[in-house]
Amino acid sequence: MEFWRVPLDADTIQVSLGIVHILEDRCKGCGYCIEYCPKQALEFSTKFNQKGYHPPVVIKPDECVNCHYCEIICPEFAIFSVECPQTTKPGQAETNHAI
Amino acid sequence: MQEIPMTSKKQPQHPLDDLIRTDRIPHIWCPGCGIGTVFSACLAALKASGINLQKTVMVSGIGCSGRAAGYVKLDSFHTTHGRAIPFATGLKLANPELNLVVFSGDGDLFAIGGNHFIHAARRNMDMTVICVNNLNYGMTGGQVAATTPYMAKSTTTPAGNPELPFNLPLMAYACGATYVARWTMLHIRDLTDSITEALCKKGFSFIEALSPCPVNYGRRNKQKPLDMLKLYQEKAIIKNHADPSTLDIDFEKGIILGKFIDLDRPTFIEHYDKIYRPSRLQENVPELNS
Ligand SMILES: Cc1ncc(C[n+]2csc(CCOP(=O)(O)OP(=O)(O)O)c2C)c(N)n1
Ligand code: SF4
Ligand code: SF4
Ligand code: SF4
Ligand SMILES: [Mg+2]
Repeated sequence: MEFWRVPLDADTIQVSLGIVHILEDRCKGCGYCIEYCPKQALEFSTKFNQKGYHPPVVIKPDECVNCHYCEIICPEFAIFSVECPQTTKPGQAETNHAI
Repeated sequence: MQEIPMTSKKQPQHPLDDLIRTDRIPHIWCPGCGIGTVFSACLAALKASGINLQKTVMVSGIGCSGRAAGYVKLDSFHTTHGRAIPFATGLKLANPELNLVVFSGDGDLFAIGGNHFIHAARRNMDMTVICVNNLNYGMTGGQVAATTPYMAKSTTTPAGNPELPFNLPLMAYACGATYVARWTMLHIRDLTDSITEALCKKGFSFIEALSPCPVNYGRRNKQKPLDMLKLYQEKAIIKNHADPSTLDIDFEKGIILGKFIDLDRPTFIEHYDKIYRPSRLQENVPELNS
């Protein structure tokens, strides 16, 4: 996890991990989820869905923090995230490349 | 949050699928249209509010935004153009225990339906009105609306709009609305919170949601869908309780967002029951009988 400023209690913060589900055939390829994912975890897939759009694909599954933003911005009900049962352990936030 | 095993072969369920008529999905809204996002925020708010959804009705008028009523899995009515508010008024008066949500477009609510809005707010009719403001008549090909910004291009103002648009929150406040907020479809959490608050509040609540219409408005004003979202990001000034007279839409100046009005005054039904239906008052709402 990257920080603008490392919080003093970074070693105790539990960062949640998300699993992204994509209902590909609902997607109309607007790219809003890709553009606004705070972790840049998504990208356009090279494949086409039934309607001829490129749905998103998860390129960095370990980066998803289950913030649900992709889910709430999607106009098509085509993407959502759920909490990964195996959440990162306290302290992991600090050991990652903090800036 | 429900957990969905990754190994499941079944198509996973979107968390809002229980409130959508999934057999009608994908909906008609164009790629990049913001109506779907506002609609999704409205459904999330309906869930979060805890109101009885069996006694909740969504009413829409005509327009792209007006199609929402056809996608929600609740009792809903897709009415004639401009008439969502009077339709909802009738529902409320005939069956006062219903929660009324009006979901419609700027043209529907403020051009052909403008007078209905004014009078429902004046009466403090108990309902939540959500206006998807995409700055034009999207459905009919992008004509100028009462909300189109000054000098913006539309099919009927090809060299720029010579008119000034309505300041919708000011209008709602001046007419008597007791809850007034404005967000964009990018400020989804704030938008959802405002809709939730409005649903839980009695009286006439109004929420304006700015939303891109890339196909008809964006195309003529050289704004790709993401440009419009970037504009919301750059030009948004969040200022709760701002003076409603300062809220005109001018993208040069910046767009003020927030919750502006949250006050209490008796609703139409409360006044009406006191004078004309005292029996209902005694039966159902004894606390009003003081
Ligand atoms: C009585 C009547 N007049 C005109 C129309 C044509 N008409 C259909 S939708 C629309 C405008 C809708 O604009 P808005 O409410 O902003 O919805 P949007 O499509 O932008 O979401 C008009 C004028 C109509 N259907 N009925
Ligand atoms: S839940 Fe958040 S972090 Fe995960 S993919 Fe969606 S937007 Fe990105
Ligand atoms: S926001 Fe929804 S419709 Fe748009 S690209 Fe992402 S999944 Fe597809
Ligand atoms: S015409 Fe505009 S408002 Fe209507 S669905 Fe398309 S993008 Fe949305
Ligand atoms: Mg419109």
